[in-house]
Amino acid sequence: MPPARITVLAGHYGSGKTQIATYLALERRKHSPRVTLCDLDIVNPYFRTIDNRELLENAGVRLISSDLAGSNVESPGFPPEAASVFDDESVTAVIDVGGDDRGALALGRYSEQLKLESEILLVINKYRPLSSGAKDTCVICREIEAAGRFRFTGIVNNSNLGAWTTAEDVLASLPYAAEIGETLGLPVVAISAARRLEEPLRETVKPLWLMELYRKWVSL
Amino acid sequence: MSEKVLIKGNEAIAEAAIAAGCRHFFGYPITPQNELAAHMSRRMPKVDGVFLQAESEVAAINMIYGASAAGVRCMTSSSSPGISLKAEGLSYLAGCDLPAVVVNVQRGGPGLGSIQPSQADYFQATRGGGHGDYHILVLAPNSVQEMYSHTIKAFDLADRYRMTVMILTDGFLGQMMEPVVINNEQLTTNSEKPWAVTQGKGKNIINSLFLKPDALEKSNLDRYAKYQKVEESEPLHEGYLLDDAEIVVASYGASSRIARNAIDEARGRGIKAGLLRPVTLWPFPKKAFAKAAEKARAFVSVEMSMGQMIEDVELAIRCRRPVLLCSRVGGVAPEPAQILASILEADKEKAI
Repeated sequence: MPPARITVLAGHYGSGKTQIATYLALERRKHSPRVTLCDLDIVNPYFRTIDNRELLENAGVRLISSDLAGSNVESPGFPPEAASVFDDESVTAVIDVGGDDRGALALGRYSEQLKLESEILLVINKYRPLSSGAKDTCVICREIEAAGRFRFTGIVNNSNLGAWTTAEDVLASLPYAAEIGETLGLPVVAISAARRLEEPLRETVKPLWLMELYRKWVSL
Repeated sequence: MSEKVLIKGNEAIAEAAIAAGCRHFFGYPITPQNELAAHMSRRMPKVDGVFLQAESEVAAINMIYGASAAGVRCMTSSSSPGISLKAEGLSYLAGCDLPAVVVNVQRGGPGLGSIQPSQADYFQATRGGGHGDYHILVLAPNSVQEMYSHTIKAFDLADRYRMTVMILTDGFLGQMMEPVVINNEQLTTNSEKPWAVTQGKGKNIINSLFLKPDALEKSNLDRYAKYQKVEESEPLHEGYLLDDAEIVVASYGASSRIARNAIDEARGRGIKAGLLRPVTLWPFPKKAFAKAAEKARAFVSVEMSMGQMIEDVELAIRCRRPVLLCSRVGGVAPEPAQILASILEADKEKAI
């Protein structure tokens, strides 16, 4: 089945939405001539898709992002071009939404269009302190849906411990993701992991999205 | 039992405070510390604690005054402009010898400045911030793991010395996400506070007003006797390749991690560079600097300010060696290449 024309990433604060959105936009570009990554984050002034502007544009992905993103002006600004991804049906789009229910508010105005041709993915990470339990994650999911006036269509299990992540950590998160999927009635559409974990995971974990780490701030 | 989590620095401070028995948090929103208050708003109700968004930073620090006087562990957090607003409260807390934990996730200044990271509040923190003769104890973590462990330490120190302990960090460490091991096995979550207004049979009065000059003078002298103990017992530093270092890089917090990379590069070029990282900024690890000056030809102070910590470095070594400044400001972090260039410049200095 080909991917939906519009893919939306939403979820708990710090679950990895921007990372997955960047990955997906680059993947989509391999099959579609016109791919747009749209940054609708109105919560976090840091770690934005604009940090990867060069990478995305060199790969032929158009980035739609607020002029204020990455600046010293902290304003929940909406890029005026955002509406174009809904209107222009020749575009394959990935939409990166801000964290939690506060971030999902941004989607409310598009909730009617989103019903038509999009998949809306819940990004989860078992190793984040407020979403380490399946029940808590389901509560967060329902809050996001209520704020954004939409329903998720699937789950991306992005459970990781950053540079420390082992294959065992990913495997230990599978029952957690399954429980959330069962509770919410949603399929786990992918498990995402750092590319270095390909060898130990590729036989047992499917479908597996293997990613580079796209964002890096300073040389700490 | 220890567990691993992937956590932001700001969130780690909040989790650590709860682990340390803090059930009273009073704050006011400001970037880049917002995750701390947001995390507290989620977590405090679950542990029967109080999360209160005050009407201002001034209100929040005075709520700390009240909560601390009542004998509970309490915390407030803010970022640079908000800490300026808390300055009066910090002085009152000192005048009453009240324990408190205050977090400053520094941003660019002066004024409204920017929301990007900075280390330009060093003077404000290490000199107390408000009016009158007093100190606060200042801890400067340089990883998310330390944001956690230093916050727990801060509560213990605050209670032990009945003084404010500030976690002086910055937007990098507050915002960045790192894996952390949480191990709370050996934790004290509270201590005896017979002086609190809620304790004892008689009246415990907590007050910074003295009607007689002699009494106020004595209270100042007693407090400084306490500070002397802190200066003797609590300075902390971390050394990296320091034993044979001829060029000593002084750096704390986020910039100390960048400096470490530059030191590795300098070593690769045959320069004996090392890092002396103050972990407590007050008390400043003077003895460690004096010792390092015995072998070092020169020092480089790497900081995200126009040169504040450099004065403490010069004082600690009694200006016996040249100290170069390597700095970026306005929300910009120094690159390893810039620090390496400063190390190369310092390497031209001959021993005095």
